[in-house]
Amino acid sequence: MTAAALELDGLRKSFGKTEIIRGVNLSIAPGERHAIIGPNGAGKSTLFNLITGRFPNSGGKVSLHGNDLAGKAPFEINRMGLSRSFQITNIFPKMSVFENVRCSLLWSKGYKYSFWTMVSKSQDLTDAADAILEQINLTARRDLPAGVLSYAEQRALEIGITMAGGADVIMLDEPTAGMSHSETDYIVDLIRKVTENKTLIMVEHDMGVVFGLADYISVLVYGEIIATGRPEEVRANPKVQEAYLGAALEEEH
Amino acid sequence: MSDTTQKTAVRPTGVTMSMALPWLIAGAFLLVMPYVFTSNSAITIMNQMAITIIFALSYNMLLGQAGMLSFGHAVYMGVGGFMCVHIMNYVEDYSIPLPLPLLPLFGGLFGLGLATIVGSFSTRRAGTVFAMISLGVGELIAACSIIIVAFFGGEEGVSGDRTMGLPFFGNEFLQQIDVYYLISFWVMLSALLMFLFSRTPVGRMANAVRDNPERAEFLGYSARWVRYYSFCAAGFFAGIAGGLFAISYEILTAENLGLLLSGEILLITFLGGVGFFFGPIIGAIVFTLLQTVLSLQTELWQLYVGALFVATVMFFPGGLAGVLMMHVPAIRLGNAKLLVVPYIKTLIPATIGILAISGFIEILFYSRHAPVGETEMTVFWTDIDTASIVPWIVTVGLALVCFWITKRNAPELVETWHRANAIDGGKA
Ligand SMILES: Nc1ncnc2c1ncn2[C@@H]1O[C@H](COP(=O)(O)OP(=O)(O)OP(=O)(O)O)[C@@H](O)[C@H]1O
Ligand SMILES: [Mg+2]
Repeated sequence: MTAAALELDGLRKSFGKTEIIRGVNLSIAPGERHAIIGPNGAGKSTLFNLITGRFPNSGGKVSLHGNDLAGKAPFEINRMGLSRSFQITNIFPKMSVFENVRCSLLWSKGYKYSFWTMVSKSQDLTDAADAILEQINLTARRDLPAGVLSYAEQRALEIGITMAGGADVIMLDEPTAGMSHSETDYIVDLIRKVTENKTLIMVEHDMGVVFGLADYISVLVYGEIIATGRPEEVRANPKVQEAYLGAALEEEH
Repeated sequence: MSDTTQKTAVRPTGVTMSMALPWLIAGAFLLVMPYVFTSNSAITIMNQMAITIIFALSYNMLLGQAGMLSFGHAVYMGVGGFMCVHIMNYVEDYSIPLPLPLLPLFGGLFGLGLATIVGSFSTRRAGTVFAMISLGVGELIAACSIIIVAFFGGEEGVSGDRTMGLPFFGNEFLQQIDVYYLISFWVMLSALLMFLFSRTPVGRMANAVRDNPERAEFLGYSARWVRYYSFCAAGFFAGIAGGLFAISYEILTAENLGLLLSGEILLITFLGGVGFFFGPIIGAIVFTLLQTVLSLQTELWQLYVGALFVATVMFFPGGLAGVLMMHVPAIRLGNAKLLVVPYIKTLIPATIGILAISGFIEILFYSRHAPVGETEMTVFWTDIDTASIVPWIVTVGLALVCFWITKRNAPELVETWHRANAIDGGKA
């Protein structure tokens, strides 16, 4: 049996006295597209921050492809093949859009801390960055500082630099938040395309997106997972109905 | 050479003409300068300028490229310089066959060595923590200069003789002009290497870490190591500047390590502009000119340099380079000529106004500090009598009138500026 792409075992996190993540167990198989849903403040982003090493956890264990991530810094976890995006856009605003993407390619292309190669002389780097710009539809914005892009464009760039490194586990925190319908459709297509044969873990409030993309759904309420399963199972689960989905689905219609 | 937007060449292999041109011009410029300014003092000033250029560029590898505000960068230049004076003395005492032009390399290596040690703990964080550590280390090493007398030579410092090395193609560097060409070679080489460094993966990531260290970590780079490599490289080039200082002046003292010099290089770099590679070069040239030429004219030169610095920080955070580059869009659009008349109408009265104020300050300073009874002085080639009310009224009146004219004409400049930067030239 192959190890799960990502495995959470009794994961806990307290900020001061308040426990925000209260014992989360979750196993995500390689190649699975898994959505995490739940009300505001449930701890979804905190869970992401624990997995990716942004915060230290207060208890429990995270493993990536069977390797324990305890004590690993974000850059080490990234090098092990996990990449994430942020709910609040987190890019390099003063650098050009192209430069943003190129920087996100450097490590995975093996350039590391090299100070003897010129980035502009590496055709493979330039081509790969341009290919990603094409994919995220930002070729026309290539040489603008990323900070001047529109909100939706910055979100697309956020996803672009998340997937650029070629990680096989991709975590997206509310990729479509604040987008119009057409922009959302475009991003969903993009996510589907770039996560082909990869493991996707996604926090999302838009139920259309969730049910359209996810193979499995977990519902996080007050720091606990109250249900995990196929979309139709989760939709029918009375506990979920009560805690969250009823209200969320009503909102949709 | 902008940092924010870097266009990749269409043909990425080989050196294109537009890339090489600024370097060729700079090289040619360095070659002919001694034929334009032939006096020994002018050459000494140019040597000082070139050393400051390397030092400022090295400082900007920290501040501008990697976002580390250092208050102790003089230490790396100083240690490199001290080491070079010692090596000069070994060369003399033991007849070591070391040609002088190679000496700065050793300065660089010692700067690098010190930076690898200090950087190992100072680059963990940027921001205030880094700034405070740099200040502390700066103080510490400056204090060592009176403790470790064998290396730093105590109060009188250490001195050497550059002419005792192996002659370099028959040249023993007796003349300032010989030293000038030695320094010119190193300034070109160092500037080129520093420029190329900013184009390497670690140089690019230095920008990324400066802008958003957290995101850089989620892309696989340790912000700390990226800072560390930039820090070591900056230490290396500061050490080269120190070696050149040792060659040019043949003496180093505790001043070369001090906080004053560390503060000065921050000022120079900021004045020139941290956002562009060539910013510190402009800063070094302007500052050295002020320091040498202006200081001959007035005792108050530091007051004016201070005022210039404050004005730069407040109104032009991009520095002099930022001011120059601000005009690029208008020039690209072919609208630069629109700006000429409004500039004349505002900048000339503003300049006269500023000169009038400085005249007033000079008169005030003189009337306070001259021996009793001395009232004759010369301001701007004019003989005046400070006991008379006329020069006071003229300077203040002139300043007021000029600033009034500037203020009246400023809206026109602003309006033209917007027009010149609009795509259609404001015709629509
Ligand atoms: N660094 C922190 N320090 C203290 N409390 C925090 C911190 N980060 C998050 N919290 C708290 O943890 C709780 C969960 O926050 P989190 O951002 O994980 O929720 P979420 O499920 O992502 O919500 P949303 O849907 O609004 O994004 C919130 O009550 C928040 O105030
Ligand atoms: Mg959240």
